Order: sequence, then C-alpha cells, then structure tokens
Amino acid sequence: MSHVPSTTTGAEDVIAVLVLLSEFAMLRAPLLRSQVRLYAFQSLAMSVLAVIVAATTHTPAVYAVAGMSFVLKVVIVPAIMMRLLRDVDVNLVGSSKFGVASSSLIALGVAVFGFFAIGSLHVRHSLMSSSTTLAISSAAVLVAFVLIVLRSDVVSQAVGFFSLENGVSVASLAIAAGLPLVVAALFLFDLLVAVVAFGIIARVHHGHARTPFTDKLDRLKG
Amino acid sequence: MSSVLLALVIFPFAVAVVSYLVPLGIAKVLAPLSGAASFVLALVLVPAVVLHSHVVDGSELRVDALSVVFLIATAFLYLTTSIFSAGYLDLAPNVAGLKYGRRFYAGLNLFCWAMIVTPLLSNMALVWAAVEVTTVVSALLVAIDDTDSSTEAAWKYVLIASMGLGIALLATILLYYAGSSVFGSGFQLSYVKLLSDAHHLPADVMRLTFVLAVLGYGTKMGLVPVHTWLPDAHSEAPTPVSALLSGALLALCFYVILRFYQITSLAIGSSYPRDVFLGFGIASLLLAALYLLRQRDMKRMFAYSSVEHMGIVAIGMSFGVVLAFVGVLLHVLAHAAAKGTAFFGTGSVVRKFGTKDMAVIRGGVSALPLSGSMLVAAVFALSAMPPFGLFRSEFLIVSGGLSDPGYGVAAVLVVLVTLAFFGLSWSTTQTMLTTGPADVVGPSDLAASTGTAAAETAAEVRAAEEVGAEVGDAEEVGAKVGGGHAGDGEATRRPVDRGEVSPWIVLSMVLGIAALLLLGVHLPADLSRLLNDAARELRSPR
Repeated sequence: MSHVPSTTTGAEDVIAVLVLLSEFAMLRAPLLRSQVRLYAFQSLAMSVLAVIVAATTHTPAVYAVAGMSFVLKVVIVPAIMMRLLRDVDVNLVGSSKFGVASSSLIALGVAVFGFFAIGSLHVRHSLMSSSTTLAISSAAVLVAFVLIVLRSDVVSQAVGFFSLENGVSVASLAIAAGLPLVVAALFLFDLLVAVVAFGIIARVHHGHARTPFTDKLDRLKG
Repeated sequence: MSSVLLALVIFPFAVAVVSYLVPLGIAKVLAPLSGAASFVLALVLVPAVVLHSHVVDGSELRVDALSVVFLIATAFLYLTTSIFSAGYLDLAPNVAGLKYGRRFYAGLNLFCWAMIVTPLLSNMALVWAAVEVTTVVSALLVAIDDTDSSTEAAWKYVLIASMGLGIALLATILLYYAGSSVFGSGFQLSYVKLLSDAHHLPADVMRLTFVLAVLGYGTKMGLVPVHTWLPDAHSEAPTPVSALLSGALLALCFYVILRFYQITSLAIGSSYPRDVFLGFGIASLLLAALYLLRQRDMKRMFAYSSVEHMGIVAIGMSFGVVLAFVGVLLHVLAHAAAKGTAFFGTGSVVRKFGTKDMAVIRGGVSALPLSGSMLVAAVFALSAMPPFGLFRSEFLIVSGGLSDPGYGVAAVLVVLVTLAFFGLSWSTTQTMLTTGPADVVGPSDLAASTGTAAAETAAEVRAAEEVGAEVGDAEEVGAKVGGGHAGDGEATRRPVDRGEVSPWIVLSMVLGIAALLLLGVHLPADLSRLLNDAARELRSPR
C-alpha cells in the first residue's frame, strides 16, 4: 500500500516548494529590491516550516531556531541589504549572458537533476517527514548556484548565497530537526557574520568601481 | 592536559581582541608571543598523545595524533608569520599606522585562532562553523589593502568559498542524518561517536556525504575544479596572509576532509573515498603543473604550487596504505614550512624590487643574499629536492603508491611532480640566480625620476608599495598619475642596491628552513611516532 502523506508532510512539501519557487522568482526579478523582498519571503516560509517541524516533532529547540531565523533572515539581513541598495543607488540587477527564459530553463534543468538525484536516495527523517522535502531543498540549493553564477552584481550574488543557505536550512529541518540548538544557533551566527563580510567587501567594491556590477572583475587571470 | 587545549582556545583570541585596543608596537610583540605560545602548547600535546598512547579529551575539545599534526603545522606558521609581519609592517611605518595595523593584527590573530581551534573540536558542526569563521576573517584580510585587485580577489574568494561551505554544510547535515539513524535524534555530532559505530551508517547517504564534503571543503582546500578563488586571493592578499592561506588554511580543510574520510571508509570501505581522492588529486596536480610552466607573477606561482601540493596529498590518500599516509601527513608539515618560507622570501623580493613580475627581476640573490638564497632553497624544497622534508614526504607517498600492484598512479604522480618542478625551478632560478648586478626592468620615467610627473609617479609607486599594495597596484597608481600605464615609458633596467629589507623577514625564513631541514634530515622520534599513529588512525578496511 502506498504511503499517504499526512497534512504535516504535505505542508512541509508545500513550503519547500515555495522556497524553490521564490528562487525562480529571484532569477527573473528585474529589480534588486524585488530580490531582497523575495529573500525575506523565502526566509519567512523557512521560519514557518521550522514552526511546523517543531510542533510535529515536539522539539522546543526548533521553535527557538524558528524565532532566531525570523529575526535574522526576515528582518535584519533584508534591512542590511536594503541599506546597501540605498548606498549604491542602483535599481536594476546585473545583466547576465542569458536572458530570463534561458536562465529559467537552465535553472529548471538543474532543479530537476537535483530533485531526482537526491530523491532517489529516499532519505527521510521519520514517517512524519517526506523524502520529497530533502529533494526539493537540494533543487533549491542548486538553483541558488545558478542565480549566483548568472547574475553579475554584488547584491544578487549575495542574495543567491543567502538563499542557498535557506535551501540548506530546509534540508536540515527535513532530515536533522534534532540538531542541537547550540549548533543551529551557531549556523545562524555564522550567517550573520557572513552577511557582514559580504556587506563590507561589497561596499569596498562599490567604493572602487562606483558600481555594484561584478562583470568587470576580470583583472586577475591565469 | 585539557588546560592546554583551553589555553590554545583562549590565548590567540584574547591577543586578537587586545591587539585591536593597544598601540601598534605592543601588537607587533604580542602576535609573535602568541604564536610562540601556541606552538609550544601544540608541541606539549605530542608526548601526551603519543608516548602515553591516549588522546587528550575535554568536553567539546579533543585531540588525537591526526589533529595534533595539523595543529603543529598551523601553530608553526602562526609563529613565523607573526615574526615576518613585524618586518613587513616596519617597512611602511607611515601607512601601517594605527588603523591599518590594528585591523591587520586583530585579523591575523583571529584568523590563526580559528585555524587553531578547528582541529581541537570533535563536533563536526562546530568544525564547519570554525572553518566558516576562517573564511570570513581571511576574506576581510585579503581585502585589507583596499585596492582594485585585492577587492576583486576578496569578492571572488568570499563568494566561491561560501558556496563551497554551503555544500559542506549540506554534507554536515547529511552526516547528522546518517548518525541519527544509528544513535537517535539529538546526538552530538562528534566524529568520535560516529567512528565508534560507523559500520551501521547508511551506505548511500555516506557516499553522498563524502562527495559533498570533498566538494565543499575541497573548495577551500584548492582542489581542481573548485580552486578558482585561490590564485587570486593568494596573490593579492598581504604576504603574511598569503602564507597563512597557503600553508595552513588549505591543509586545515584537508584535515576536515580526512575526518569525513575516516568515517566514510569505516562505513562503506575505503575504495570509494580513495577513488574520489584520486580524481580530484590528479586533476589538481595536472592543472597546477601546467599553470606553473607559464607563471610570471611570483605569488601566483606559489599559489598554483599550493594547488599542486594539495593534489599530491589527495593522490597520497588514494593509495590507501599506511606508508603513503605517513608521507601525506609529513607533507602537510613540510609544506607549511616551505610555503611560508617561500612567501616570506617573495615578500622580501617584492619590497626590494617593487614588483612581483619574475620576467623583469634579475639578480635576486645578489640583492638579497640571505632571504634570496633562502627563497631559492624553499623553492627547491617545494620541488621535493633533498635534503628537505618534502623530499622525504613525497618519497614516502610514491613508495606507498608503488606498493600497489598497478604502479600507474604512482608513475603519473612522478611525471606530474617533475613537470611542476621544471615550472617552479626554471622561473625562480631565472629571477634569483642570474649573475651580474641586481636590477629590475621599469619604464625610464620611473628609473630616472626626472621631471615632476615622473617624480610624482615614483612617489606614488613607493606609497603604493608601502601600504603593502605591491606590484599590481603600484602599476595602477603609476598609470593613474602618469596618465597611462606605468609601462608606457621606454623600458630601462633600474639598478637595485644590495642588502636585506628586514631582519625580521630573515629570521622568519631561517625558522622555516630549519624546520624543513629537520623534517628532511633528522625527523625527531616523537614526531615520527606521531605521524605513524596518525597514519594508523586513517587506516581502514580496503
């Protein structure tokens, strides 16, 4: 008899799909501000997923992870990014070698590969979670790579990295919800530190090049 | 002994904080003291780990023979780099003022602290966090000179390394999943616990975990094809940071991969992880050997040399025998000493000649009798020439490879190492060992320094050199001030006077060469036992 997904499992999968779709939306978003807002939405979805996992697995520590994720990823990181955007005074994302349609197709191909490659392992944490969640989050990680590679401005690339981290967080919630709180908190702290590093170097780059675009970063070769 | 581990965690961190608050002169003294203390504490752990045949075990802090090997390499480079840094900043007293100096020393100590802490941790999730800290701190150090080139290098570094660590995080989470299927949810992600019951870990998940770990941490280790940040960051970072990146950080990421290797090979046998090592190792060695043949930039050449040596250790691991493992671990120690010395020598050459372009430098040893000679010795050491430690380590690795009935991989290793030897030694001897007076090719306006524009250009070039911007940026400044590229003027040979640039630089190189000779000629008994014990820890069913 085939396994019938529970409401909780279904909700997890839906949220994982939302995380993936928000990355596709980032890929086609023409404005830098839209990308940051999409990242905030994605992070919100991730925080909701953490609450669901906490409730279904009866793990109070995951509530704390959800709270910290919300504060950091939905509020602080987008605020820092918006401030950076005000400073650079540029609205449009960096153009890529491919158009929106081609980029989306590449991302789709990569996502399908990730979904089936990881999905074939049938990794699941418990009957309450679905092996599909890990597959979708892996697809989201790969699409984040596409975003970083195809976009050519510091904001999009930084958002790409942060959304990659969201994909990994969804994977973590799907298969490693019991990860000790201190470790989960440390991951978030590392993200915050990485945000600061990205921010500082992006500012320095803007100070030198007077542009947030990275396609001219080609002095160093060979 | 737990107090030693605690001291290693607290001391460099405290020095990092204090360095930001105290006058620069005190920070310059504190860093070598902290480096020396860390090195002594690392050595103190050797008899505890080897002679008494037990590991030192704290709560989250733990060392065994394997981690002590990497700890010694890191602490030694911390010591020598901080000595070198005193000379490096002394040469630019105006610019290496309080702000730059504070940032530099705080970053340097913090970077070393994160690298020292990593092999002390038993929790693989905390290990990941520590490696992430090394990325963030070192990326800021790469960008510290605030030039176009350093900013470009730092951006590429932070982006690519962070992506790699994203993959490594996924590997860590999969490792937790694999462990939770045996130990239940909520267990501490300690490699000791995982090793204790590794046979029951799910095989498919462990295969995926290992590949992701190699890909993720391999990005920071400099394995091809995920090495692309490395030549840029190593060549554009301030020289002390280049030495630490190359000699310590790459090895440290290799250490983390070795922990994954231990667990994976116990879970599914060593055949699969050895194949993964072989693929990445051959690709790294081949590409690095080819790039070494065409390098003009001295720091970039040593960066590719690092890729080459990481390829060698990966291939050494693929042989799967204890003899090769001993060679690999000795290689880590010797490479740290050799690469540190090579970068220190490069720093001396760049200060003296004002360029790192090897095509225009002649008579390096004439101009720098001590540091130039030691740079040549370090290059010969990196080329695995006797009597240095890398000769012994590569000999052990190849011997281990020859114990395999196939011989093929060992033969490929020898061929590619020989190719790399030609690239390294040809460029260096052309630059350093040419006879006649020392000089450097430069535009005539710079050489003569006549006329206002020329004088301003030269002054700007000197200023750029003083901030540690070194050649690429000196050219940048020259181009800005002179209204064109610095090389626009007619090229002439500019004589360079004889004499060392700093006694601190010489001292740091003497320590490096002494270590290389010690490792090559007379390996101390305790160290030999440490390497053997660590190699046996890596052994698993083939």
